[in-house]
Amino acid sequence: MAAMKNPKIGVVLFPGANCERDTIHAASLLPGASVRHIWHKDTSVGNLDVVFLPGGFSYGDYLRCGAIARFSPVMRSVVEFAEKGGIVIGICNGFQVLTECHLLPGALLMNESRKFICKNIHVRVERNDIPATRALKKGDVLKLPIAHGEGRFYAPPETLQALEANGQVVVRYCDQSGNITREANPNGALNNIAGICNERGNVFGLMPHPERAAEPILGNTDGWGILQSLLM
Amino acid sequence: MKTVEVTLQTALDHKLTADEYELIKKHMGRNPNLLELGIFAAMWSEHCSYKSTRVHLRRFPTTGKYVVQGPGENAGVVDIGEGLTAVFKMESHNHPSYIEPVQGAATGVGGILRDVFTMGARPVASLDCLRFGHPTHEKTNYLVGGVVHGISHYGNCIGVPTIGGSTRFHECYNGNILVNVMNVGIAPRNKLFFGHASGVGNKIIYIGSKTGRDGIHGAVMASDSFGDESESKRPTVQVGDPFTEKLLLEACLEIFEAGIVEGIQDMGAAGLTSSSFEMASRGGSGISLHLDRVPAREELMQPYEFMLSESQERMLAVAKPENEQKVIDILKKWDLEAATIGEVEAGHKNVRLYFHGELVADMPVSPVVDAAPKYERPMQKPAYLAQTSAFNTASVPQPADINETFYTLAGSLNLCGKKWITEQYDTMVGINTVFGPGHDAAVLRVQGTKRGLAVSAGCNERYVYLDPYVGGMIALAECARNVACTGALPIGATDCLNFGSPMNPEIMWQFSQSVDGISAACTALEVPITGGNVSLYNQTGDAAIFPTPMIGVVGLFENVENAVPSFFQDAGDILLLLGDDLGEIGGSEYLKTIHGHDAGLPPTLDLKKEKALIEILRELADKRLVKSAHDISEGGFAIALAECSLQKRLGCAVDIKTPLRPDFALFSESQSRVILSVLPENRDAVAALIKKRGVPCEAIGVTGGNSVAVVINGVLALDAAVERFVTLHKTSFEKTLFPG
Repeated sequence: MAAMKNPKIGVVLFPGANCERDTIHAASLLPGASVRHIWHKDTSVGNLDVVFLPGGFSYGDYLRCGAIARFSPVMRSVVEFAEKGGIVIGICNGFQVLTECHLLPGALLMNESRKFICKNIHVRVERNDIPATRALKKGDVLKLPIAHGEGRFYAPPETLQALEANGQVVVRYCDQSGNITREANPNGALNNIAGICNERGNVFGLMPHPERAAEPILGNTDGWGILQSLLM
Repeated sequence: MKTVEVTLQTALDHKLTADEYELIKKHMGRNPNLLELGIFAAMWSEHCSYKSTRVHLRRFPTTGKYVVQGPGENAGVVDIGEGLTAVFKMESHNHPSYIEPVQGAATGVGGILRDVFTMGARPVASLDCLRFGHPTHEKTNYLVGGVVHGISHYGNCIGVPTIGGSTRFHECYNGNILVNVMNVGIAPRNKLFFGHASGVGNKIIYIGSKTGRDGIHGAVMASDSFGDESESKRPTVQVGDPFTEKLLLEACLEIFEAGIVEGIQDMGAAGLTSSSFEMASRGGSGISLHLDRVPAREELMQPYEFMLSESQERMLAVAKPENEQKVIDILKKWDLEAATIGEVEAGHKNVRLYFHGELVADMPVSPVVDAAPKYERPMQKPAYLAQTSAFNTASVPQPADINETFYTLAGSLNLCGKKWITEQYDTMVGINTVFGPGHDAAVLRVQGTKRGLAVSAGCNERYVYLDPYVGGMIALAECARNVACTGALPIGATDCLNFGSPMNPEIMWQFSQSVDGISAACTALEVPITGGNVSLYNQTGDAAIFPTPMIGVVGLFENVENAVPSFFQDAGDILLLLGDDLGEIGGSEYLKTIHGHDAGLPPTLDLKKEKALIEILRELADKRLVKSAHDISEGGFAIALAECSLQKRLGCAVDIKTPLRPDFALFSESQSRVILSVLPENRDAVAALIKKRGVPCEAIGVTGGNSVAVVINGVLALDAAVERFVTLHKTSFEKTLFPG
């Protein structure tokens, strides 16, 4: 894919999403980017290069996380956009929505501790050839915040095997030095999986919040590389 | 509607006194009907009228350079520059949280959030101040788990970070926990909204969730005129829905942005009653409401129920007729209920309630809102004080092993880390969190500016118990000091005054003394009270809680990049100790945890010294001369030093000379003391600036190493391993409360 100048970015606003303003703010820091929100009742995402599904509690998450958002009018258009090769990035609740609408395999289950967890964790970059990680190096260790109650990645054995075989795991929970350990896994995710992509690499979902780690004043800029990748 | 004749007994059943009932009849010029009586009872309740405390609350200093709105509105407002304001308040939800911890705490969060966003502000941070009973009490860990879950669920879902507060334990809270939540929002100064209903012909619009029968007080549900018995026995704790509140928040902010409402108020305590009467009162207007037009969740609801329900996530707005449809359209966009239920009327100053066209209540606004009796309850100095203040701290035995004493304190529930709680809160959503939980104060940036806010909330209730005046002073001063430690200027405060029964003269004395102590500190430190809340009757039988006037202070940074962390940053930095250690052990965690006494006199506080300390902390931060600043509070010097080591696991070597006993020197809680770390090359310049302000300052050591080592008068008195401290800090909370 050619380098993207002045990317047109949309952030879907589901009712109950609560990271949409953060995501818009962080994406707007990209030089040349134009960023707007996409209302969940819209039937088309319009002319965009990148669609973000932000974090939050879409529709209150009273059923399964992301299970209702999947049926919102805009999602049909998001799926079409992805099928045409458009870049779709789901963060936290957005990742859950992506699995619910089958743009990504697997599911996000309740954390092993059965509690909501908010803290900084580390992830290791497993591949840097997809649009969302091109500015990073394979093996980079990023410190990123997580904030979720249901982030334990799960997939049936054959799906998991296929994911690994295809190299669809993009980021994995690790310790500060990049070792994949049990202790470094905050929620019990299978194979320490923090984020995956589809086979084509244009759809990427992750539990950590890069948009919360993109400015020096917030004490952490490790998420910036993921955003910056969109310009490359 | 069946007509029930109102008698003195009905009034008593509504918790009104015979005198109050006579007064109501006088104001009405007739016998009230049941609905009218219910409205009076709610509005004249302690909760809504502050009838026992108003005579004291008026002594709070409430004005100042930064104050835009003082007490009397939904929340206080201070100017933070560049056309922006901070809107904030703290409120209690103690009783509901004891009965049903998850929903009680959750709706507490929801309520205070509405108070803030109803002013036109986007909420940016919550802080929770929690008090629980003894860890071994049978209900304590159940209540801790439930309350934290409730706060976490509501706050995380609505997307407002919970970034600070305080959690403490004492057996006085065994039967009465405290759940106080503070919220801070940001609003443009020229787009603040107030709870006024005015402008004849303007429409009164009901917004938000439908009204159900939840939250109608059991005490007030004294009549059987509502048909089915079982219907009247519904739980009185409301159920919160953060999803609806999130929609309500976004819809309201969109309405404010469009500038299409004249006034708006949250339906909090006493629901539609308080919102409608208070808005009419502030607007100096008469209004009519048609209760059959209120969106109802249940069938056959009666006017009494509509007026007194405390269903959550509801607001009342007033809009010009030409804007009525625009308001309703925005609510529809967000899939929320909206209904025009009345209007501002000419020719009278009453609230007139109609039900299917029939006038069911006609009440003059002013008596209901303003004429509740103001009681000067009798006061008496508590008998226990003679005993507690006579306690001779010198009689306390010296511990055989100071290191073990230190570790015991470090692992005690009040002093250990609270990550078990704070990691269940989303502390970063909103991307404004510069410092989250763990620092002296939470720090937020203000988006679109270089500015920032620091917020600290808490209260040492043992100090207040042992001397309510001094304890009140310290509560305010410590929050202000915490804010100043991060480098911010404290500019405004809110309070949440939790006490026992006002009918007990000793409690009223505690209350009055605390108000005076807080007021003295507000005046001296130039931090006015801009709003707050009173919670009385926090007692089981005759056993009242320790008086707990919780305080929250907001501070301002002109440049938030100057914010100073509370933790040592690098090895080799010089440690400076500001302030004097007077060896004050009375009321300390050391005296309680190690020796088992809630006794002695609390530490003294010199407000002039405190003011000078706050000013120098700010100056040093502005000049970027300090690398860390941490206030010495519960646990004293030793615990404060160890806490500085937490973030980077960086110890220190300290050498001091003192005439005090080693245990007193290490664990005294003398006030107005701060530990700074500075670059070696800045040491002399910083010390000179500090001394110029008249603040005592001494270089006491250097950062580095893997232990917190304190030499006193040439002898190694404390040698605590940082790793062991960190482990105790991290694990003690869960180990104590949720073993196995």
